[in-house]
Amino acid sequence: MWQQIRINKRNSLLLLMGMGTVLASLGFLIGAAIGGVEAGWIGILVASGIWLIMMLTSYFGGDQILLASSRAVAVTPDVHPQLFNIVEEMKIAAGLPKLPKIYIINDPAPNAFATGRNPENASVAVTAGLLARLNRDELQGVIAHEVSHIVHRDILFVTLAGVMLGTIVLISQLFLRGMFYSSLSGRRYSSRNSRDGGAQAILMLVAIVLAILAPIFAYLLYFALSRRREYLADAGAVRLTRYPEGLASALEKIAGTNINMESANKVTAPMYIANPFRGKKAAVNLYSTHPPIEERIRILRNMSHGAALADYEQSYESVTRKKGMIPGSALNDESVEIRAASADKRPVSESRQKREMGDLMRKVNGFSFLACPCGIKMKIPPNFPSGQIQCPRCSRVHTVDKGKIKTSA
Amino acid sequence: MGPMLILLMFLVILTIVLVAAVIGIYNALVRLRNQVDNAWSQIDVQLKRRHDLIPNLVETAKGYMTHERETFETITEARSRAMGAHSVSEAAKAESALTGALSKFMLVVENYPELKANQNFLALQETLTSTENKIAFARQAYNDQVLFYNNKIQMFPSNIIAGMFSFTKRDFFEIEDAAERNVPKVSFS
Repeated sequence: MWQQIRINKRNSLLLLMGMGTVLASLGFLIGAAIGGVEAGWIGILVASGIWLIMMLTSYFGGDQILLASSRAVAVTPDVHPQLFNIVEEMKIAAGLPKLPKIYIINDPAPNAFATGRNPENASVAVTAGLLARLNRDELQGVIAHEVSHIVHRDILFVTLAGVMLGTIVLISQLFLRGMFYSSLSGRRYSSRNSRDGGAQAILMLVAIVLAILAPIFAYLLYFALSRRREYLADAGAVRLTRYPEGLASALEKIAGTNINMESANKVTAPMYIANPFRGKKAAVNLYSTHPPIEERIRILRNMSHGAALADYEQSYESVTRKKGMIPGSALNDESVEIRAASADKRPVSESRQKREMGDLMRKVNGFSFLACPCGIKMKIPPNFPSGQIQCPRCSRVHTVDKGKIKTSA
Repeated sequence: MGPMLILLMFLVILTIVLVAAVIGIYNALVRLRNQVDNAWSQIDVQLKRRHDLIPNLVETAKGYMTHERETFETITEARSRAMGAHSVSEAAKAESALTGALSKFMLVVENYPELKANQNFLALQETLTSTENKIAFARQAYNDQVLFYNNKIQMFPSNIIAGMFSFTKRDFFEIEDAAERNVPKVSFS
């Protein structure tokens, strides 16, 4: 685990330095193309200025922006005690310094993500659809995956790299559009003196090529590394829970539903445990943010010897026929036994799941429930004025007073 | 004069490097030892939580399970023995006895459908499942830390510094009975 963190740190640093170089040269070339070499330095300054502002915003407010844009609601333990228990179990297993904040997203598509710049400021968000479908072991697997992301500092990486990527895309777009409009209006930025004209034109050409290529290059790098991190988080999850089948069957259930997440978008997609967009079932390509879910399930199911990182590595190699992806120094020769399943099998029907999901969503939104002795359950909205409600079936009268419910026959 | 000065400087630099290395290793060992202590206290927290949970559980179940006095006595006795344990190995033994008593209790619960329909009891059951899991995970985290720490104080060169400042090996939190190895599943449907 510790070695994994160190190696992740080094990889992240390399990636960020690579992206930083691209960003700086983009700034320089655009500046130089517009106003000569001296303006190149100003270009770098402007580029890093934009980056710095975006960086600070996302470092300190990124998790809040993300949670808000996903319409995640912070919940208290009484909304879903089991979820809180499981998150605390994983916090203990991973040795996190603090319990992550827990959010529920009102979305029927099963999915989950973690966010926060470090383990002290982490949050875990799961959808209502996930909670309704998974049993205890499966939910534990998903939470363990998210906690592994927190332990591996993947969230910081995704934030930093995402911002860098965003800046590169933004600057390229600004430049290319500026070029397009200025060529329409027939104005030219460059070559106030004709001696520099040739060099200036070449600079301009290079800048345009870079502005087109840089975002593509940055995207590819970002996605490739985020795919790798999904495998690593799976391996970490198994090591924490000692139970690969839990995560495997959770992923199977997630893959089995064909609902797009309404609250996700292209930028936040890499954060989720599984790709929130299901529209087309394309094979994994360079633009995939996640490895194919079927392959992740096969790797997990193929782990029969133990739950150590080395066992995942072995299974990964035999399933994908590719070279391993966990760095050698993180693989010690520990032996970790796989535990037995817990008995909560959740044999509930689809209609019951739907009803539970609806109840959960209402609970998250502050509804309270009124169970009439005749068996009917009434849903009281949070802004319901104090007063009396009559049961539609048995016409008992219930009194609602600021959320407190009294029944009189 | 020249060679003497170079030799002197070499010795000074060597001493500085050695001292720095000793300080570095010593601090790393202290950090690891603290992590082991912290992991141990995490187990303690969860065990205490289980101890606190038992009276409540017994109280709720007693009304329904009138013919199980023996079961309740075993649990209560195991609890008080666990609370009075002094050493790590003693505590481990007593706690695994308590775990055994609780899982037996949960098997007996299956015979009392009215108890299993009690909302209060169901909530207690989830809390107990989770507490058992937390104990298992805390123990897992503790053993990971102990392995890491023990390896460190046995391996060269940190073993020299560990010997000088008497860092001693720690016990694993092991379970006596091989059948008890799968504790996370004190589960009941």
